[in-house]
Amino acid sequence: MGKTLLEVKGLTTKYITRFHENVYAVDNVSFAVEEGKSLGIAGESGCGKSTLALSLMGYYFPPLHYMSGDILIDGRNISGMAPDDVRLHILGAEIAYIPQAAMNALNPTQKIIRFIEDVILAHDPKMGKKDIYDLARKRFEILNLPADVLQKHAVELSGGMKQRTVIAISTILSPKVLIADEPSSALDVSSQRVVIKMLRDLMEMGYIKCMIFITHELPLLYNVTDDIAVMYAGQFVEKGTAKEMVFDPLHPYSKGLMESIIVPESGTRDIKLSAIPGTPPNLKNPPSGCRFAERCRYVTPMCAASSVRFLDVAGERNYRCILPEEKLREVYGRA
Amino acid sequence: MKNIFKQAFHSPRFVIGFSIFACILLTMLIYPLLMPGNPLEMIGLGTFFRPGTYVSVYDALDADSRTIKLSDADDNRLAKAMSDADRISMMEWLAVAGVPAEDIDLRDTHGLISLWKKYYDPSVRPEGMTKAKRNYYERLNNRLVAVTRADTITMLSPDAETGEMEERGRVAKTDYVNVSDVTNVRRLPLGTDNFGRDMLKELVSACGTSLFIGLVAGGIATFIGLLLGLLAGYIGGLLDDFIMFFTNIFTVIPSFVILILISFSIDQSQRGALTTAVVIGLTSWVWTTRSVRAQVLSLRNRDHVNLSKLSGHSLSRIVLTDILPYIASYVVMAFILQISSGILAEAQLSLLGLGPKTTTTPTLGLMMNWAMLYSAHINGAWWAYYPVILTIALITFSLNLMNTGLDQVFNPQLRS
Amino acid sequence: MHEGSNRPTDNRPTENCPTEKRVCLSGTGVTKVFGAGSRKTVAVDHVDFSFNEGEMISIVGESGSGKTTLVKMLLGLTSVTDGDLYFMGKKRDIRTRRRKKAYWKGIQAIFQDPFSAYNIFKKIDSVLLDCVHMRGGRHLPHEEKIRMISEACGFVNLKYEELTNKYPFELSGGQMQRLMIARIFLLRPKILLADEPTSMIDACSRATILDMLMKLRAEEGMTIVFITHDLGLAYYVSDRLMIMEKGVIVEQGAADEVILNPQHPYTKQLLSDVPKLTEPW
Repeated sequence: MGKTLLEVKGLTTKYITRFHENVYAVDNVSFAVEEGKSLGIAGESGCGKSTLALSLMGYYFPPLHYMSGDILIDGRNISGMAPDDVRLHILGAEIAYIPQAAMNALNPTQKIIRFIEDVILAHDPKMGKKDIYDLARKRFEILNLPADVLQKHAVELSGGMKQRTVIAISTILSPKVLIADEPSSALDVSSQRVVIKMLRDLMEMGYIKCMIFITHELPLLYNVTDDIAVMYAGQFVEKGTAKEMVFDPLHPYSKGLMESIIVPESGTRDIKLSAIPGTPPNLKNPPSGCRFAERCRYVTPMCAASSVRFLDVAGERNYRCILPEEKLREVYGRA
Repeated sequence: MKNIFKQAFHSPRFVIGFSIFACILLTMLIYPLLMPGNPLEMIGLGTFFRPGTYVSVYDALDADSRTIKLSDADDNRLAKAMSDADRISMMEWLAVAGVPAEDIDLRDTHGLISLWKKYYDPSVRPEGMTKAKRNYYERLNNRLVAVTRADTITMLSPDAETGEMEERGRVAKTDYVNVSDVTNVRRLPLGTDNFGRDMLKELVSACGTSLFIGLVAGGIATFIGLLLGLLAGYIGGLLDDFIMFFTNIFTVIPSFVILILISFSIDQSQRGALTTAVVIGLTSWVWTTRSVRAQVLSLRNRDHVNLSKLSGHSLSRIVLTDILPYIASYVVMAFILQISSGILAEAQLSLLGLGPKTTTTPTLGLMMNWAMLYSAHINGAWWAYYPVILTIALITFSLNLMNTGLDQVFNPQLRS
Repeated sequence: MHEGSNRPTDNRPTENCPTEKRVCLSGTGVTKVFGAGSRKTVAVDHVDFSFNEGEMISIVGESGSGKTTLVKMLLGLTSVTDGDLYFMGKKRDIRTRRRKKAYWKGIQAIFQDPFSAYNIFKKIDSVLLDCVHMRGGRHLPHEEKIRMISEACGFVNLKYEELTNKYPFELSGGQMQRLMIARIFLLRPKILLADEPTSMIDACSRATILDMLMKLRAEEGMTIVFITHDLGLAYYVSDRLMIMEKGVIVEQGAADEVILNPQHPYTKQLLSDVPKLTEPW
């Protein structure tokens, strides 16, 4: 057991809409990631996974607002810090964030090295340009990025290369936590593979200590992260190791998600794909009981009435359902 | 559609712009009803009468007079009779006469007059003073004496038959008449222009004409721009090349130059408000064409247009139902801007003397033109041009406000 | 146009599967070039293909492979620079509007992004009514039209009563895409080109869309050309695969062959880049 690097306790954040309605996009989420481990977060669009990524940075701007909960990075609570302190001391240095469209964030009029100078000088104003360049070049070489990229403009790079460059820039200060929100969804599979390899390298070489990886592509998540959490309607519904989650999901929603996976492998043509009927609940007004009850195939009369806690099964395995583990396996017809 | 209107009125900019515009429109409609008559009637003989209330002197004599004794009445008369320049000249005389400078207070009318009475002597000829200057002092003295004398004015009128002067009455300094007792009173809130025409009436009428010109010019420009843009964008190919070639030529040559040339080539007697409007409209469609074309180009490859094609819809139906509604908001905004630029173009043209003919209707541009020709700015007749400038500014400002307000409604990215 | 009095359902094949494999759409040397001179880009480069009746074919390629351009050409939405297309055994002729309309009765499409595929100013009813009209049902009584539309909505598990008088943006992405399939059900074309129909839809509603496409093929004997970048999806749904790279079809064959025993290096590369569940990635 490594030491816990990122710990989130009861984090709740909300959006305030134009019409002054509260949308609790992240509702009482708790989890912990150990050093050297990665956690994947999966879910349908609109389930709150991207909001969770934003919320984890501890830097909130309208319409997103912090409500309650703690975010501890290496034991240091950042949820109560002033926004300017977060920006100066946490972002980039402790947490790096890569959104899906990160590659479009590069100002086309500036050379790549200028972005790296910006990042480093913001945290260490005394560092010389030569030192910065040497550092950047070394890091780029280790990550298999050609060093001449540093002297290029963003428009000269391909999509995959841009995304890798952005990742290299964001992690130049060796942050403890990397939050990657669909970093490869806009790319072709070949570029995706290179981007993912780079994230793995960063982890292996210790430039980042742990990673939160968000995507809706489950086969990708299975191959990238150690653990997977499934999010539904602003809450975690199940969390476990990648293998457990894909091959032995307990929560009916995770089960539905896993049954929608298609990969080009022998035998997959004979599997019957399943769909989850209905749409997720409106987060302005979430149902009081189990939020998945309305769409659940195994719904019981108690489901809609009783609120369900996020249960510990054993070790790192948790799920949010009123049915016990054995009962769930029984209805799924698993041993 | 109803929804869009509702939303537009949630945008503060649109509401402000709309209220200003509505106020102008209402004034234009209501004022002529309250004050009927030809706005170009020359009522004043003379140029640039100051704004104010004009009372018939003749009728004032016939009105019942009342005696009111005001202690400062004489001082006021004196103060009115002495301009700042007069006071300085008086001070110069007093200085020559040996009055110490610290005893003279230019603001103290009463003190200045008593010093003047004490020291002024027409027989004295100070060293180096010209005859003209001495004559000026004499005239000044006579005026001051006339103001301060205590007697009444006797009015005489000649007898119709004998020609003998008969006394009709006396007017004392303490006689007052109530303005409402005077039969003929004319209020000129903005004075008169160089031809002696009521500025306010003229302005209201000019506002209407200018808006009409803007509306027609904007309508024509938007229509041509929309039509050419749709054709070039949707049909494309050779037609697009041709239209864009034509458009580019018009883009390169400043449209104002063409406007001047066309206006110049039409004889002034032929140029009415409508002609001017049409000419302005015919020269300002270029930008609408370009931007409509750009939008149509991106729309025509959208899937909903493809779907419409696959459903077997005809070209005209696709343009009307799948393209036009998507750019309608833009076209409405372009139309609003075209109205305001039409009004401005008319003002520019008229200022150069190339606007509509001057005899039938006033326009905002023509009023500026007249004010400039008769040197209103040199004569200090601010009322002849400031209200016109303000009106043009208000109209274009309100139209632009409405435009940006609508932009907020139509463009969700700007809502936030 | 007297077939309008017939109910379109009468044209349904009586058998679920066509007995013989007839070629319904084929092309030789199909090429599309954009621009000219130094800015010339060859989007589709001398592609040969043939689609059999009742077949489910996938065209797989990454972005820039020219698969969408190929679809546009097949649909007659873009001109073909070079090459010949044959539809139902005859050389395709869509030079007039009337012929185009007739062609579009036989070939239809579902687009990738359901949110942009609808005219947001029109109610849903009008989209479906257009299809009834296109099939020659313009003069049918209103109740009959509604019945046909309701049947189509039923086919995609939607209730017409809940959709009528609604605008497209009031529906979810999945519902919109199902409505697109309802449209196809009403039109019953010979060939359906589905351009990434599930890529904008959540994984858990993807199966519904795929099931409906399968049902269209099974019940109507429709030929479905499925365009996707997702090899897994292509393998799951189709009988035959065509792999496209930079405007060229580099490999084609039965789905099992192409996926389980790829020959072309590009196919191998593509397959190895897709994350899998049983093999290490």
